[in-house]
Amino acid sequence: MSGASTLLEVRGLVKHFPLKKDLLGRGGGVVRAVDGVDFSVHTGETLGVVGESGCGKSTTARLLMHLIEPDRGDIIFDGVAVGGRDLSLKAFRRQSQMVFQDSYASLNPRLTIEDSIAFAPQVHGLPYQQAVQRARDLLARVGLEPRRFAERYPHELSGGQRQRVNIARALALQPRLVILDEAVSALDKSVEAQVLNLLLDLKDEFGLTYVFISHDLNVVRYMSDRVMVMYLGQVVEIGEAEALFEAPRHPYTRALLSSIPSMDPDRRTEVPPLAGDPPNPINPPSGCRFHTRCTQAQPVCAQRVPALASGGGSHPVACLMFEAGSGHTAAPDQAVTSTSATAPAASLATEGA
Amino acid sequence: MNMLNITVDPRKVPEVAFERSPGYWQTVGRRLLRDKVAMGAAVVVLGLLVLAVFGPMLAPADPYKASMLSRLKPIGFEGHPLGTDELGRDLLSRLMVGTRLSLFMGITPVVFAFVLGSVIGIVAGFAGGMLNTALMRTIDVFYAFPSVLLAIALSGALGAGITNSLISLTVVFIPPIARVAESVTTQIRSRDFVEAARASGAGAFTIVRVHVLGNVLGPIFVYATSLIAVSMILASGLSFLGLGVKPPEPEWGLMLNTLRTAIYTQPAIAALPGVMIFVTSVAFNLLSDGLRSAMEIKS
Repeated sequence: MSGASTLLEVRGLVKHFPLKKDLLGRGGGVVRAVDGVDFSVHTGETLGVVGESGCGKSTTARLLMHLIEPDRGDIIFDGVAVGGRDLSLKAFRRQSQMVFQDSYASLNPRLTIEDSIAFAPQVHGLPYQQAVQRARDLLARVGLEPRRFAERYPHELSGGQRQRVNIARALALQPRLVILDEAVSALDKSVEAQVLNLLLDLKDEFGLTYVFISHDLNVVRYMSDRVMVMYLGQVVEIGEAEALFEAPRHPYTRALLSSIPSMDPDRRTEVPPLAGDPPNPINPPSGCRFHTRCTQAQPVCAQRVPALASGGGSHPVACLMFEAGSGHTAAPDQAVTSTSATAPAASLATEGA
Repeated sequence: MNMLNITVDPRKVPEVAFERSPGYWQTVGRRLLRDKVAMGAAVVVLGLLVLAVFGPMLAPADPYKASMLSRLKPIGFEGHPLGTDELGRDLLSRLMVGTRLSLFMGITPVVFAFVLGSVIGIVAGFAGGMLNTALMRTIDVFYAFPSVLLAIALSGALGAGITNSLISLTVVFIPPIARVAESVTTQIRSRDFVEAARASGAGAFTIVRVHVLGNVLGPIFVYATSLIAVSMILASGLSFLGLGVKPPEPEWGLMLNTLRTAIYTQPAIAALPGVMIFVTSVAFNLLSDGLRSAMEIKS
């Protein structure tokens, strides 16, 4: 991806959901769903986003689509801030679309397939006849014969067919960025493979950029150029897919990867997989949020918040073991990092909130 | 083996028009037609509607013409197939002519309440937040009173008369319809296809028109039809109390009132307007039940 321009840049994104107070005004904490996330998506790449459920993947997707408003942080699309003077929300929405996990719930049961797909172009001013024609062309493109499917209703289609319709719907506005939020997770394996290959074909044909959110690591590896690992609303590691899967740096990423069942009996799981559930995002652990489940945790991890930085390695990671002079016994010396810390990594670093 | 190997090249199949599946309402209609009870009720309702339109033309006698000589004649009395009332007026004619006013009093408030209640409920459900709380808590105030009491109180305050009782009945039915509208809209609003519509840049009004109305009007309509029976009974009740239709207009509730003195002498005659109210409300209820189950299509 060297030399690629940045299509989407996210800086310091924060979304806290307030909890309802009871009648006496008690409670009223916040769920720190997304808590200081920085990353960028390059034009033409697929950025995979992985993490356990509840780590803020879907909230991030909804924030990127401006379906919910962030508490803090900037989303910069193609060099301009979304919702500002240069790029209105409506103009942004023509360029960025989303495919949801639940293929049935994301189609209006009272509209025919072609009307569902033709809806968005009509919103943006295309006359009905042309919008329907575009819908039929797209149906053919995603592998659904328009003559058979265009005037059907969602409940008459299988899950895989419906998800193809949703993909066609997302493409109807000819977007540049498509956010796939667990788009294939509800499909069975053979259908999933077909839809994944369709997504890859469409990406080449229309020059799309994907943000591919999934909890399925194999699928993410198959689809992604780069991968971002999230834990409790924060990015713990981000890098080229090959580098990240071959040489994971963060203990959490290592634990995640070791949870993939191996086909090779000689490559048994050696690192113990993760124990227990992620801590409550209402009251996340101090310091490094992962220290409560980390096999490498030391007392310093409960006090110091690691920054997302390369620290001399191949790609940015947020772990004190790679932060020079952090106090973790595995951390490198101060001198080593100051020379090898690279400029792009520094720009990715969190503010250490 | 060769015989089994015949395959059809899909491209050779003659080009046909787009395969069109029956729409939702078409399916509902077909299911309703197969429901015998609902169809029976529909026939009764249809008959009542015909009576409402053509009653005055079909009535065998003048419903206003009183005769002191032939008061409270029994059923089957010559010239009066259903007897006469306390002023000697032909009861059959009065029941037939009264259908129009009675149905009008039953259906009109529900229609108005359907429109207003749906608007309030859909706005509250779709907007959510403070506006929802403000609207729905206001609606809840009306729930504090039993509907009969509320109708009587409003009618009494506004004064007797058809218009005033229509207004008071409409007010009585807005809260429950708004409640139903709000709950189905809230349900629909959280579905992903509404999110997807928002993500496509559509405004709130467009989303409501294209994606919400089609999904919520059905359930609200079914609920509203079930209120027609209640409305008829309440309207009759208002007339019975002298708050609705005034004599000598024929209306079933009012007729029930004026005939109550004859309950010991001609119980069958006194009960007839009540029978009409009963039959009508049961028919509307059964039709509404049939519609409800016809609309419960697993989708």
